[in-house]
Amino acid sequence: MALERVNAVVVGSGAGGGIVAKELAQAGLRVVLLERGSWVTAYDCRKDDLRNQRTTVLGNAFGPDDERHPRVVVDESGRERTLRASEPGYHNNAGCVGGGTASYGAMAWRFMEKDFRMRSTYGAVPGSTLEDWPLSYADLEPYYEKAEWEIGVSGDDAGNVFRAPRRRPLPMPPLPPNRECQVLRPAALRLGLHPFDIPMLRNSVPYNGRPACMRCRWCVGFACEVDAKCGTQNTVIPAALKTGNCELRCDCVAGQVLLDERGRAAGVAYFDARGRYREQPADLVVVSCAAIESARLLLNSRSRLFPKGLGNRHDWVGRNLQGHTYPRAAGLFDFELYDDQGPGAGIAVCDYNHGNPGLAGGGMLANEFIRLPYQFVAQVPRSAGRWGRGHKEFMRKWYRRSMSVMGPVQEMPMFDSRVEVDPVVKDHWGIPVARLSGGKHPHTLEVARYMAGKAEAWLKEAGAIHTWTVVPGPGLSGGQHQAGTCRMGGDPRTSVVNRYCQVHDVDNVFVIDGSVHVTNGGFNPVLTIMALAYYASAHLVKTWKGTRMRS
Amino acid sequence: MSASPWKRRRFLSAGVSSAAATFSGCRRNQNPWRFFTLEEAFLVEQICQQLIPADQDAGGREAGVVNYIDRQLAGFHSRQQNLYRRGLVRVDEIARAMFQDRFTSLASERQVAVLEEAETKETAFFNAILAHAMQGFYGDPRHGGNRDYASWRMLGVPPRPVRGRQQYDLTRGRG
Repeated sequence: MALERVNAVVVGSGAGGGIVAKELAQAGLRVVLLERGSWVTAYDCRKDDLRNQRTTVLGNAFGPDDERHPRVVVDESGRERTLRASEPGYHNNAGCVGGGTASYGAMAWRFMEKDFRMRSTYGAVPGSTLEDWPLSYADLEPYYEKAEWEIGVSGDDAGNVFRAPRRRPLPMPPLPPNRECQVLRPAALRLGLHPFDIPMLRNSVPYNGRPACMRCRWCVGFACEVDAKCGTQNTVIPAALKTGNCELRCDCVAGQVLLDERGRAAGVAYFDARGRYREQPADLVVVSCAAIESARLLLNSRSRLFPKGLGNRHDWVGRNLQGHTYPRAAGLFDFELYDDQGPGAGIAVCDYNHGNPGLAGGGMLANEFIRLPYQFVAQVPRSAGRWGRGHKEFMRKWYRRSMSVMGPVQEMPMFDSRVEVDPVVKDHWGIPVARLSGGKHPHTLEVARYMAGKAEAWLKEAGAIHTWTVVPGPGLSGGQHQAGTCRMGGDPRTSVVNRYCQVHDVDNVFVIDGSVHVTNGGFNPVLTIMALAYYASAHLVKTWKGTRMRS
Repeated sequence: MSASPWKRRRFLSAGVSSAAATFSGCRRNQNPWRFFTLEEAFLVEQICQQLIPADQDAGGREAGVVNYIDRQLAGFHSRQQNLYRRGLVRVDEIARAMFQDRFTSLASERQVAVLEEAETKETAFFNAILAHAMQGFYGDPRHGGNRDYASWRMLGVPPRPVRGRQQYDLTRGRG
């Protein structure tokens, strides 16, 4: 039985899709929002140290499940493995209503002006597909503001002299600083840095009908017990449903975008919660599944006109998969720092995002979110031993007297770091799975080592009696900050979508999530994904004419 | 931090464990474990007590780490059952080769020596049991380990706050 035709199908209800669904529904379009996972609410917060978005040793708390969603990952040495969703190296984002925003740490960064002009700023980097965005910070600024006020951001970046201009301040003040922030702030000032309170998508005061943060330590990786964390699942998605124009269908797994004989999208084929094959006809399709799954959906949408996948005429879909490389410095102190005041991270500097001598880009540096005891186990330095008396003694002595400073290094995109569809392995529904391969650019690691040194210097100035650094290996980046696989650009031969997130070859298919990021900034990318979603939706609504786009 | 939350939790968990004891006593099979044999469970307990030794604070045994591992091997980690079965045999083989006795009969220093050998020779098994021991000791008590919040007390981490949930009506003021 055919389903009733709607104006738009949005696939994925995360940071991008949730916003698009609401914007389209409020503009009067009839929208179906497909989500492969279920709706996790504040009532489902379990504060489980071993089963959450960050620690998955007992499974993914926010989906996808281990049984039905395998992926193939090829490592640097060419070894190929089929992974379950909770295994390390799977590069999971999340599979639930709200996507990653249901459980994220919720840092709400605006990219800087130079982050949109990396190629112009630093020139070509050999071996990298580094490029400028086809839009500027100024184009996105009003939509950053809209995201900050509609979803809700607390913080105070007035002290950040490097920030790009903003017209309006943040809607909520920062949470009071925890002890780590109190120690790090004067140290940063002594070093001549410019510390400030991190903008966070978290209520510091009651906002939007939800209460303020209660400052527990189960924050990043968890659903908020009091719903003080702001994601699309508790803001725009309820607003979309309230219009009466949007239907949310959970536990529905999209298999491909359907095309008509002229090569335009006709709808989406998916499997519903009971495993039945369904075809949802629609006038336009928005793909918002995050970089890996969005690329997979396009690559799986093959037709006579697009034998290599939708929008993949020039082999750019799935390319340039990136995330962030996180260097870290840890320090031990002879006084207590642990005060059990979540979320933990609160102070940052942007002094090293750009202008580092001889280096392209950089990243912000911030203190870490609260480490749960089990997470601290892996942070014990090898010199203390992996087990036995030494390890236990280290845990006991330093858990409350240590802290880490870390930051997301902006990565140099790599054409060969990519998402393909696996020729053999299929998921529970028979859909070919994503196959990931590639690694980091050497320059990314060079920047990471530089940043680790800066982080270490900050901790030393703060009084650390012993410090060390940890720089990630050369393997593929992706994970929750995954981006880049459906690059936005002016030239259809070297990009997948135009500046309005519209697939070059097919004017009624849009990709609206981190996939379109040309580069991923030296920041957590979610606020940029949200701003892009508002920006692209505004254009979509403006060009919408009844049942088609205005050409 | 006042001591009262701990007292209440101790009382609650005591109730739970006595209920469990009653339940296991009713079963025909006297082995209370879900996956391990009695011998295996004893061996795992001894290994975990070396991975996380008791000192002024509880060790792996006191924190019930073996209970965590048993529960997960019968559940989420069931794929690793064979790894454990074989690995435990190998640990005893290494103990016999080095000290002509089974692991559980060895003095503490010798047990450490056997585990150091196993760490390099039985890497997959050793890494698994080490990871599980740490999970069972430092992880959430709901999964069968970290009895009485042993590790969280050691680290000085307060218990889970009993607050927040259902403090307000989720259906109001949304959207």
